[in-house]
Amino acid sequence: MATTTITRNRRGRDRFAGPVVMTFLYTFLAVFALASAFPFYYMLVTATYRTVDILRIPPPIWFGSALMQNYNQLLEQGSLPYFWTSVYNSVAIASVHTIAVLFFCSLAGYGFAKFRFPGREGMFTFLLATLMVPGALGLIPSFIVMRALHWIETWYPLIVPGMANAFGIFWMRQYIESAIPNEMMDAARIDGAKEFRIFWAIILPVIAPALGALAILTFMGKWNEFQFPLLILKDQMTYTLPVALSTLRSLRGTEIGVQILGSSIAIVPILTVFVSASRQFMSGLTAGAVK
Amino acid sequence: MATTTFTVAEQKAQDRRTRRKEAKRNVWAYVFVAPFFFLYSIFGLFPLVYGMWLSLHQWDGISPMKWVGFLNYIKLFTVDDIWWQAISNTVWLFVGATIPQLLLAMILAFIINSGYIRFKDFFRAAYFMPFVASAVAVGILFSSLFGLQYGMFNFFLSFFGVEKIDWLGSAFWLKPSIIMVTVWQWTGYSMIIFLAGLQSINPELYEAARVDGADTNDVFWKITMPLMRPVILFQVVTSIIGAMQNFDIPVMLAGGTQSSAPGGTDHAGLTAMMQLYWSAFKYNTGSKSGFGYASAMSFILFFIIVTFSYLYNRANGRNLTED
Repeated sequence: MATTTITRNRRGRDRFAGPVVMTFLYTFLAVFALASAFPFYYMLVTATYRTVDILRIPPPIWFGSALMQNYNQLLEQGSLPYFWTSVYNSVAIASVHTIAVLFFCSLAGYGFAKFRFPGREGMFTFLLATLMVPGALGLIPSFIVMRALHWIETWYPLIVPGMANAFGIFWMRQYIESAIPNEMMDAARIDGAKEFRIFWAIILPVIAPALGALAILTFMGKWNEFQFPLLILKDQMTYTLPVALSTLRSLRGTEIGVQILGSSIAIVPILTVFVSASRQFMSGLTAGAVK
Repeated sequence: MATTTFTVAEQKAQDRRTRRKEAKRNVWAYVFVAPFFFLYSIFGLFPLVYGMWLSLHQWDGISPMKWVGFLNYIKLFTVDDIWWQAISNTVWLFVGATIPQLLLAMILAFIINSGYIRFKDFFRAAYFMPFVASAVAVGILFSSLFGLQYGMFNFFLSFFGVEKIDWLGSAFWLKPSIIMVTVWQWTGYSMIIFLAGLQSINPELYEAARVDGADTNDVFWKITMPLMRPVILFQVVTSIIGAMQNFDIPVMLAGGTQSSAPGGTDHAGLTAMMQLYWSAFKYNTGSKSGFGYASAMSFILFFIIVTFSYLYNRANGRNLTED
């Protein structure tokens, strides 16, 4: 990895990086790392206490023993009896959506990267322009469209519209353009392979790293999505996890331990995935920001 | 090299074949990119146009639409105080969160990129963690941390002799609380983008500057900053677009998810997007609500986003020419 900096120069290093400066820099970084991580630690600890034990001075800072009590209360009638259904809904929606995104975005990204067709420039510019249109503009009319399609209370509004999205296509195009030499396709064409088969059997395996990053990013976005599901899903059985959690707040506003346990179940899986694949994840995010 | 000779006719036939092959291949390219244009026209473009049409009507979503011309806009601009309070809240939250967030992200990115620091991957991952967490869950988590009597923050501050702060209950502290959570959640993301920008700068530029006798200060202002300008521009514009639609965190911290009025004490935490959402889908009665009225809100919001982005672009452009 490139450590390209102002301070490569030997003299610069001596001048600016004395022990005092180094201590200061590490302290600075550590303080913010702690601030980033602390709420997660607090979350895990608090999920193991009854509310009465959370609401005291000093607040608990080490794990307690009420995890199962909180869990049982989370699933009680009057809390979220369909909690695991919501988890299932979230997993299913995010998975199906992610698979569709990977397919359609890599297909279109390949189209834009490796074909010189009339209208390509204009179409791609249009695609990039749509990234700048704020979603707020479409919220109400989208709802009406979904109602007209009888898609309210279904998963379609959360899965279908973003299947081929501008960010994903842009990200796949950038990758395919640089990672795939034209000779690869030409060789396949000489062998008589069909265009779709070239994409499926030759291109897809090569772009796996880019697909991985896009997959994590898409899954996370869908897993955490709140506003649109809140609008579309009205029945407890169809709730996604964030919608369920937001209603838990109004149902069990005073039960902090229970709410935080529910939140942990929304956060921990995605955090685990992130920690194990953080490099790919971050490379996915910087696409578009840096040319 | 062997020379092959073609007759003119053969050459032409060959060209035709290549062209036909090219055309056939291009047909596939259209098929490959078609899903996006198909989906976008139904779920992106059509709603946009339809929303414009809606904003000229009064409609509760059930009874027939009633044409009102620009009345919704006129009402919004003249008699709807809460809407403008929501806009002003949104702008304050944007300014209050974006400036510290980008500055802090920039400083962290510089330190991590400076070449002095080990454990880079650890720090990067640590700062980035908050970004992956669901905003709803984060809202619940911070509601507890912000607790008045027993919250962790007030407990911590009590060691410094600070009186208990009513973070979420008082109109004064609600915005700083929302800002803190926003900065907490987004700084890592901004830092990763800055870091990628810094790493994409060609090291030879720095070496050349050194050879020419530039000091660190010169290098920073004459090389790093100008080259980082597009990255900063990207960050500011995406922040404007995101912050003007601020919804999840304020909804969770300032209440009102089911039926109660959102925004907390004196609407201090009411954002434009919340007001839009509630006007369209919750308060479906009265003259200052409904699909048409809320659609007009969304276009005002859009106009504000475009204006801010344009102004920033222009200010940025002017600086460039001054240099």
